Amino acid sequence: MFLDFLYNLRDEGVAVGTHEWLALVEALLAGAHGHGFLGFYHVARAVLVHRESDYDAFDRAFARTFRGIEAAGEALLAQLEAFLRDPARHADLDPALRAALEHLSRDEVRRRFFERLAEQRERHEGGSHWIGTGGTSPFGQGGTHPTGVRVGGQGGGRSAMAVADARRFAAYRTDRVLDTRQIAVALRKLRRMGHEGRRTELDLDSTVDRTARNCGDLEVVLRPPRKNRLRVLLLLDVGGSMSPHADRVEKLFSAAKRGGGFAKLDSYYFHNCVYGKLYRDADFLDAVPTDRVMREHDPDTRLVVVGDAYMHPMELTFAGSSWWTTERGPSGYTWLGRLADRFVHNAWLNPEPERLWRAPSIAAIARIFSMFPLTLEGIGEMVAHLRRPPDAVRRALWAEIARGRADAGAA
Amino acid sequence: MDLRLHFDDGYIVSEELARAVEVAVLLERPLLLKGEPGTGKTLLAVHLARSLGAPFERWQVKSTTKATDGLYTYDAVRRLHDSRFGEGDVSDIGRYIELGPLGRAFRRKERTVVLIDEIDKADPEFPNDLLHELDTMSFTIVETGETIEASVRPIVVITSNNEKELPDAFLRRCVFHWIAFPDRELMARIVRVHHPDVGERLLSAALDAFYRLRAEEGLRKPPSTSELIDWIAALRHAGIEPEALSGRVPPFLGTLLKKEQDVAAVARTTASSRRGYR
Repeated sequence: MFLDFLYNLRDEGVAVGTHEWLALVEALLAGAHGHGFLGFYHVARAVLVHRESDYDAFDRAFARTFRGIEAAGEALLAQLEAFLRDPARHADLDPALRAALEHLSRDEVRRRFFERLAEQRERHEGGSHWIGTGGTSPFGQGGTHPTGVRVGGQGGGRSAMAVADARRFAAYRTDRVLDTRQIAVALRKLRRMGHEGRRTELDLDSTVDRTARNCGDLEVVLRPPRKNRLRVLLLLDVGGSMSPHADRVEKLFSAAKRGGGFAKLDSYYFHNCVYGKLYRDADFLDAVPTDRVMREHDPDTRLVVVGDAYMHPMELTFAGSSWWTTERGPSGYTWLGRLADRFVHNAWLNPEPERLWRAPSIAAIARIFSMFPLTLEGIGEMVAHLRRPPDAVRRALWAEIARGRADAGAA
Repeated sequence: MDLRLHFDDGYIVSEELARAVEVAVLLERPLLLKGEPGTGKTLLAVHLARSLGAPFERWQVKSTTKATDGLYTYDAVRRLHDSRFGEGDVSDIGRYIELGPLGRAFRRKERTVVLIDEIDKADPEFPNDLLHELDTMSFTIVETGETIEASVRPIVVITSNNEKELPDAFLRRCVFHWIAFPDRELMARIVRVHHPDVGERLLSAALDAFYRLRAEEGLRKPPSTSELIDWIAALRHAGIEPEALSGRVPPFLGTLLKKEQDVAAVARTTASSRRGYR
């Protein structure tokens, strides 16, 4: 059963290795769990799980593995003991009834519980006999009985099973959509440190070296402090099919601005697809030619496009930025290719769930940009992707598209 | 062996956290604590040392901290300086070696509680550089060749505010606990520790207002335990009636919210000032 637990954990994506497993065995042999089921839950979690984002997966694996032993096992007894110890819950019963009920011993209650369960055939509420909710029968939930047994559900977080079932840590799952702090943490990994600026910091090694060469005459060597050199260009899709995601994108934007510690961060807005113009504001009033944005940013800049890439295929192949202008320019697809060609460290963040990514326009854009879901995991992968050198095959494709030689293909 | 740790009255500890501490002490592994600011991560180590009657070493990590700083520092510049001006015995390198918090804990004959505070502030490689020392609880001073080995393994408590992801190899060696934000019941107990004679009605009204504020959307820095305690102190000092706390903007808001934008956001009574998109 315990090995099952190990593999259930691994199934849920908690990277448990022999190292942790042996530590758990050691802890259990030493009795750290206090020979209780809830203690076991706490000990196992402390040793096997290393980040709060895995707490929820742990809860699920725990529930799956040990569900069977709950009914007959010590969880019930522990719960029962806790119940018997807790006089607060007896308070509102009248003394006579309390006296009558209190003589039921733990084993007695337990025996009767299973007897009663065997007899019972249907759901029950209220009353004093059957297992159900409310009422004064010793068994069930939400009722009042001094030595009663609560069945399932949550109450005071007393049993390990109830604790695992409560899944209090669901909010910390990494595949969940992000909050700003998490985004900031994730993006911080992008930092590229390098010495830059004025020489203000003591370079100890060089100082020692130079001084030694100087026959002990002190020569102080200064160097520029380490600074983050990362430049990021953020392009945000707003409006249209992105409206439901606008809030999330806004958060990503603010987090990137505050927490990233980027040397430089510029963001521009576009609607649906990038054409000849980008906008400084989300209301599309302050336009900048896309060419200029490309020119003004160093090729080393990291390009992150945030959008659902969900649009009518026409919008990709259509030339020009509006239905109503008649001027013919490069298509949206070409513009995207040009951007990718200029900023070879690039990625696309997509707030849509991955199962929707088969839509033709999304698939076409995913040929240009590596696409990542807008979740903590997705951003983590994106960061790793941005740190790697760009793929040679993709680079060739970008060059083709940028010169207008390849069309949207699948679209 | 009695594993149950008894914390003094000044620190309220949840059962799961107490268990995690026990496991860490038992397995002689570092205890890694994460959680929102103000959930008492740092205080745990202080109170752990106090309740064990053990010496306490605190190593406050900063962005410039290097792993060896906690073990020892070698003051090369001072030695150079001394050699130049002929002060002291320059040939004795030991004079220019100063042990750091971890180094002092290793050398001590009794079990020490070492707090490595805010490990995530340092360079991402920092935890990896400490792996070997924390595993073997020994290190060598390169300059003198002296090896310092812990006769009693110290209890190491590490806190992180989650600013940086810690390396897997490091995490594997730690016992981990995430301190969840206290629920109302626990919070009431914590407040009573700091304000033993607080009125029931004021406490209840203050907690209501506090959790209402925390639930507010989009706060840059939601108020935490320490802010609540300060706030209640302010309320009591000013003799504010519990009823006054039920309004949208509670008095002394600045005690709870430390960011201008947050104060402005709460003070803005019209909630519909969000910018709409086309």
